[in-house]
Amino acid sequence: MSLPVAPKPALRRFHQASWDEPIIFELSTPGERGVLVTSIEPGVREAVGDVVAALPAGLRRDTPPALPEMGQMRVLKHYLRLSQENLGADFNVDIGQGTCTMKYAPKVNEQLIRTPGLTAMHPLQNPDDAQGVLEIVWNTERMLAEISGMDEVSLHTQGGSAAIWSNVAMIRAYHEANGEGEQRREVITTIFSHPSNAAAAKAAGYDVVTVHPDADGYPHLEALKRALSPRTAAIMVTNPEDTGIYNPAIKQWVDAAHAVGALASYDQANANGILGITRARDAGFDVCHFNLHKTFGTPHGSGGPGAGANGVSAALAPFLPGPRVAREGDRFVVREAGERSIGAVAPFFGVIPNIVRAYSWMMALGAEGLRTVAEIAVLNNNYLLQRVLEIPGASAPYATGRRRIEQVRYSWQQLFEQTGVTSEEIGVRAADFGMHYWTSHHPYVVPQPFTLEPTESYSMAELDEYVAVLAEVAREAREQPEIVRTAPHNQTVHHTHHDDLDEPERWAITWRAYQRKYFAEAAA
Amino acid sequence: MTDPFVHPYIPNTAPESKAAMLAAVGAASVDEFYADVPAELRLDRALDLPAPFTAEQDLVRHVEGLLAKNVSTRNRLSFLGAGTYHHYVPAVVDEVINRSEFLTAYAGEPYEDHGRFQALFEYQSLMAELLAMDVVNVPTYDGYQATATALSMAGRMSGRRRVLVASDVLPAKLSKVRDFVRVHLDLEFVDTVDGVTDVAGLAARLGDDVAAVWVETPSHTGAVEARLREIADAAHAAGAVLVVGTDPIGYGVLTPPAEQGADIVCGDIQSLGLHQWFGGAHGGFIAVHDDPKFIMEMPSRLFGLATTDVPGEYGFGDVAYDRTSFAQREDGKEWVGTAAALWGIAAGVYLALMGPEGMRELGEVLLARTRYAQQALVAVPGIALGDDALHLREFTIDLAGTGLTATAVIAALRAQGLEPGVRVGEHTLLVCVTEMTSQLDIDRLARALRELVSGTGAEASDPTDSGATTVSAPILEEQSA
Amino acid sequence: MLALLVNPVAGIGGPAGLAGSDGAAVQQRANERGASSRATERALAALAEVAAAHPGARVLTVVGTMGADVARAAGLEPVVIARHGEPSDAADTTAAARALADGGASLLLFVGGDGTARDVAAGLGAGGRTAVLGVPAGVKMYSPVFAVSPRAAGGVAAAWLTDGGLPVREQEVLDIDEEALRHARVEPRLFGTLPVPFRPGRTQARKAATPADEQAAVRAAARGAASALRPGVRYLLGPGGTMTELARLLGVPKTPLGVDVVLDGRRVLAGASEHELLDEIARGPAAAVITVIGGQGFLLGRGNQQLSARVLRALGADALIVVAPEQKLIDLGGRPLLVDTGDPEVDAGLAGFIRVITGTSTTSIYPVDAPEHEGEGHAP
Repeated sequence: MSLPVAPKPALRRFHQASWDEPIIFELSTPGERGVLVTSIEPGVREAVGDVVAALPAGLRRDTPPALPEMGQMRVLKHYLRLSQENLGADFNVDIGQGTCTMKYAPKVNEQLIRTPGLTAMHPLQNPDDAQGVLEIVWNTERMLAEISGMDEVSLHTQGGSAAIWSNVAMIRAYHEANGEGEQRREVITTIFSHPSNAAAAKAAGYDVVTVHPDADGYPHLEALKRALSPRTAAIMVTNPEDTGIYNPAIKQWVDAAHAVGALASYDQANANGILGITRARDAGFDVCHFNLHKTFGTPHGSGGPGAGANGVSAALAPFLPGPRVAREGDRFVVREAGERSIGAVAPFFGVIPNIVRAYSWMMALGAEGLRTVAEIAVLNNNYLLQRVLEIPGASAPYATGRRRIEQVRYSWQQLFEQTGVTSEEIGVRAADFGMHYWTSHHPYVVPQPFTLEPTESYSMAELDEYVAVLAEVAREAREQPEIVRTAPHNQTVHHTHHDDLDEPERWAITWRAYQRKYFAEAAA
Repeated sequence: MTDPFVHPYIPNTAPESKAAMLAAVGAASVDEFYADVPAELRLDRALDLPAPFTAEQDLVRHVEGLLAKNVSTRNRLSFLGAGTYHHYVPAVVDEVINRSEFLTAYAGEPYEDHGRFQALFEYQSLMAELLAMDVVNVPTYDGYQATATALSMAGRMSGRRRVLVASDVLPAKLSKVRDFVRVHLDLEFVDTVDGVTDVAGLAARLGDDVAAVWVETPSHTGAVEARLREIADAAHAAGAVLVVGTDPIGYGVLTPPAEQGADIVCGDIQSLGLHQWFGGAHGGFIAVHDDPKFIMEMPSRLFGLATTDVPGEYGFGDVAYDRTSFAQREDGKEWVGTAAALWGIAAGVYLALMGPEGMRELGEVLLARTRYAQQALVAVPGIALGDDALHLREFTIDLAGTGLTATAVIAALRAQGLEPGVRVGEHTLLVCVTEMTSQLDIDRLARALRELVSGTGAEASDPTDSGATTVSAPILEEQSA
Repeated sequence: MLALLVNPVAGIGGPAGLAGSDGAAVQQRANERGASSRATERALAALAEVAAAHPGARVLTVVGTMGADVARAAGLEPVVIARHGEPSDAADTTAAARALADGGASLLLFVGGDGTARDVAAGLGAGGRTAVLGVPAGVKMYSPVFAVSPRAAGGVAAAWLTDGGLPVREQEVLDIDEEALRHARVEPRLFGTLPVPFRPGRTQARKAATPADEQAAVRAAARGAASALRPGVRYLLGPGGTMTELARLLGVPKTPLGVDVVLDGRRVLAGASEHELLDEIARGPAAAVITVIGGQGFLLGRGNQQLSARVLRALGADALIVVAPEQKLIDLGGRPLLVDTGDPEVDAGLAGFIRVITGTSTTSIYPVDAPEHEGEGHAP
C-alpha cells in the first residue's frame, strides 16, 4: 500500500480503550507511598506527647484501614486509564441523552474555577475578603432572574432534583405560613414532566396527582381542571415536556391553579430552547428552577456535582433558602436566612465552582448569545427530527407534522415489531460506534423510546454523523439482528451479567464485601 | 462581536450551515419552531443582561478580575472550619478529576462508561475500608443530605417517628435535616454534657417509638464521642437504629463507628481531597452493613461488581436498582438525580494516594495539632476550653474571662490577617486546625490573642461601634432545642 | 426442551371477516369463503429464527399440521409425542399441550390466537412449570402471552435454548366471546395465567419498567386502594389481578373472575350476581372497587357485567373507586377508558375524567368515554 491513504469509510471504525485494569486494591505493594503527610513539629510533639497512644482504648483503631499502598505514578496511571474508558461529552456527539442537555462545557471556565482566588476561599471568611465571589453569585442570580422573569433567585441547591425539592419545600412553607398547610395535601404533575417532581412532592408528604396528555401528546387542560381542588397545593410541571412539546395553554394551566389558591411551579430543566424567547414569570409561575449543569454549560462530572437555581415571585421570596447574598451600595454582603426561609438546604452558598462556570458561560454569550443558543438548539432539533424520521422503523409519536422545541422522544416501535430488537439493544450497539444513546425516563409512555436533544453545541455534520450511526444500527437490526443483540463489540468490556447485582447473597457493593463473600477462606 | 452573530460555542451559527438546515426542514426562519408559544408569552425585547465578553481573552480578564477581589486563605491565616475544611489536596487528585473523560461523562451504560463505574466502585470500596463497613453509596449531594436521608431510612425501616439527637449539630445541617424529615420524623434533643452525649439522659428518653439515635462525632464543636458503644447498645435495646454523622478524616487512627455498633454512618467527603471552594465542593456518603433491610432503603446508586462473557474481566452495574420498589413503606421515598459523583472520584484518588500509612499519619497530625492549639490558646489569660472532651480538628474556646466578645476578637485579629475562628456564641469561638496549620501558625494565633487580651494588640472594640466594617459576617448561632 | 404446537386453523376467520376462528361452523364458513391458514407461514417465520441459532435442534411436537410438518420444513428435528383428530379442534390443542408438558417441554411455543392460548392454559392447568410463549397468528390477541412478532417469538425461543432457560412472568390469558364480537361487542374474560418467558435486556434498563416493577406497581396500587377503604362500607370488588392483590392485602379470598363483597375485612359474598349485589347495597353504604379490564381499557360492561347500570345507580354518585397501576393507563396509548353499562344515562354520568388510584399516595386523572353512546356523554 502506498500513498494516498484511501478515503475514510462512511462510519468511523471506533474502538474504545480497554485497559483490562485491575481493581485498585490488586495494585497494592506493601510499603509504597502515594503522598507523604507533613510531620508533627518537635515542639508540638514535646507539648502533647503521643496523642495516639493516649487515646482511650475504645477510640484507638486496632487494625489500620486496608487501603492500597501505591507509588504516586501508579495511582495516577490507574485513574488515567480508567478515565480513558469513558465516553464523555467531550468525545462523542452527545445528543443521545435527551432531557439532560449535554452541551459544551467551555474549557476556559475550568481554568477560571481552579484559580486559588476561588479554590482557597473559605465560606465563612469575612465578606470583605469575598467580594469577588459574592459579586459573581449576586450577578448570576440577577441574570437568572432576568432570564426567568422572577423577582428573586437562589443558587443554593446542588442539582436539578435538589432544586425541585427546594421548590416543593418553599410551596409547603408558603401554605403553612398562610394556615393552609393541612388543607392543601395534593401536588399535580404531568406524566411527561420530570419524575423528580412527583418524587420530591411525595418526599415532602404530598399526595401526587398525575395528569395524562391528550391523544396528540399535549397536556390536557380539562384533565387538569378535574384534578384541581382546594386540596391542591401546587402544580409542578415541566415545559416544554420531555416530548419537546410546548404546552400552548401553559398560562391557562397556571391561571387554573391560581383560581383554586394553588401555586404553580415550573421545572425548567428543558429551558435550553426558550432562553430569551419566553419566561416563567410571564406565564404566571410562582416558582421555577433551572439546572446550571444543563442549560448553563457546566459539565456533568460523571453524575454531579450539578447545580440548581430556584427563582420565585416576590410573594415567595421570604421562603428562599439562606444565607442570601445581597448588595449594599457597591458592596456585597451576606444575610442570614430570614424567619420564614426554608433554611439551609445545602452547605453555605451552593456549588460555587458551577455557579462561577455558569456566570462565565453567560458572560461569554450575553443576551443575543443566549437567544441564539435557544434558536440554534431548536433548529438543530427540528433538523434532527427530519433526519431521524428518514430512518425506516423510527417514528416521533404525538404532534404529528408539528415542530418541536429542543428535544424529541422518538420510538423504535415499528422496528421492534419488525425485528424484535429493542431500543435498549440499539443503544448498546450505537456505543460500538462511539455514540451515546438513551431511552427514556420511567415509565415508558412512548414504546421503545429514545430521546435526542442536540442542544446548540453540535455542528450539522456531527448531527448527520449521529443519524448515520442510528440508520446503520437500524439496518443491522433488520438484516443482521444478532450483531445488535450481541453488542457490545467495540467497547471497554463485554456483555455483563447483571443478575449478580440483584441478590443479597451474591452482590458485591465494595471490594471488602466481595472478598468476604467469595474469598473468606483464603483470608482466614 | 461578529456580524452576523457567530459564536465559538454554537457551530451552526455559521451562516451557511444555518441556511442549509432551515432549508432542509422547510422553514423560513427559526420563528416557525415556536408556533406553540403563544404570542402573549413571547418576550418582545432582548434580555436585559450585561454586555458579554465574547472573545475568550476578554472573558478571562473579566472573571479573573472579579476573583482577584477575593483574599483567600492563602493570604489569610485561617482557623475556619464549621463544615468546610482546609486540607491539602494532592496534585494527582486534581489531575484526575480535571480529565475531560471524567469531567464530561454523565449517564453512559457500564459498557461505554466502564471507567466511571470502576472509579466509583473503587471510591465506595476505599471508603468502606476507612469506615469498616461493607456498603457505601455513590455520593449524594453533601453531608447534610446524607444525614437527612440516613434518618429517613431509619424511619422508613421502623415506621417510627422519634429521632433522638444526642450531639451538638452544625446549625445549618440541622436546619436542612429538620426541614427534610419533618413530615415523617420528630427530632428531639438530648442536651450534651461536656461536649458529648449524655448517655444516661439519652437512655431515659429511649423507647419503642424511637426510630433512630443520631450522634455526630466529631460533633459541631469537634468533640469525639467516647461512649459510642454504650449508646449503640442502648439504642439497639430499644429497637432503634444508631445513625452516626462523621467526617472520615480521622479514621486512620480513630476506631470507626461501625466497630462501635453504628448501623448507618454518614457525612461529608469534602475533607478527602476537595478544595474549600467557598463551601461549594461537598459530597455526602451513607454507609451501612451488607444487610438488605438497610440497603433496600438507600435511595442512592450503588455500583457493584459483575462478571462478563470474558473470564477475568470485571463488569459493573447498579446493585438492586429496583430496590425502592421493595421499600416497606412508600411514603418518604426519595429520588436519584445528578449529585456529586466527581467528588467521589476525587475522594477515591485521595484515599488511594494516602494509603493506610498516610491516613494514620494524618490522623495523628490532626490530633496533635488540635491538642497543641487547645494548650496554646488556653494558656492565654481568660481563655478557657468549651469542654474537656477529646477533640479532632475543632474545639471551642470561651472568651468570657477576657471580657471580649467573639465578634470583637474576630474583628481585631482580622486586622492582622488572621481569621481566628467562627463565632458560635457571644463569647464563644469555634477554632479549627488541620495539617495545613503549622505550629508557627498556632503560635501566631495564641500570641495575637494574648496581645489582644493584655491590651497590647490591636484595638478590640466592637466593629459595629467602630464603623470600620459595613458588612455582616455569616454568623452561626448556637443550636437551640 | 423446546416444544411446538400449531393451531392450523388459527387466524382463518380474520381475513374472512369473521372476527375469530373458534368453532367448526366458522372454520367451515371460512374455508367456503376461500381463506387459507396463516398459521403455517407464521410458525415457519418463528422457527427459522430458532433454526438459525440451533440448526437441527430437536423439538417436541404434534403430528402433521399441528407441528411436525412445519418443524421439519424449518430445518429442525421433530419428536412427535402427540396426535390429534381430523380436522383438529380445541380439545386436541388442550390434550396436546398437556402431552407436551408431560413429555418434558420446558418452553412450549404455540402458534395461534387467544382461543389457542385458552386451550393451552386449560391443558397445562395452574401452577405448571412449562413456560409458554405465543407466536401471534390468531385474529384476537388480547392476552399478553404473545411475542410482538413471529420472529421475535423465535428469537426468545432461540435464546431460551442458548441460555438454558430465561426468566418468566405470569401473564393473563384473556379471550372474548366471539359470538358477541361478531355483534360488535368486545367482552374480554380472564381464563387463567401462563408463565411467559422474557429476555432481559443487555442493559439494566435503569429507568424502564421491569417485571419486578410491574408486580410492585400492582402491589402499590392495591395498597393505595386499601388505604382508601373505610369501616362500615360494603366494597364490591370486581375481577382482575389488581383486585386479587387488594383482597390479599385485606386478608380475604377472592374469586378471580367474579365480584366479591367485602365489609370490615371480611368477605360477605363471593361471586355475587347483580341481584345479590343490589341486596347488599340495600343493607348500607357501599362502593364498587374496579380495575381496568383487558387491553381495551374497559372499566365497566366487560368482564364485570354484574356491576350493572342498576347496581351503579343503587350505589349513587362517587361510589366508584378505580384502581390500576400507572402502566395500565400508559398502555392504552392515549385512548380513553371505556364504560358500557347499557344505560346511556349512567354511562354519560361516568364519561369525562376519572381519578384512578395508582399507588399509596398517587392518583391519575384519566379520560373516560362511553363509546356505545357516542355524542351523548361529555367525553373529550
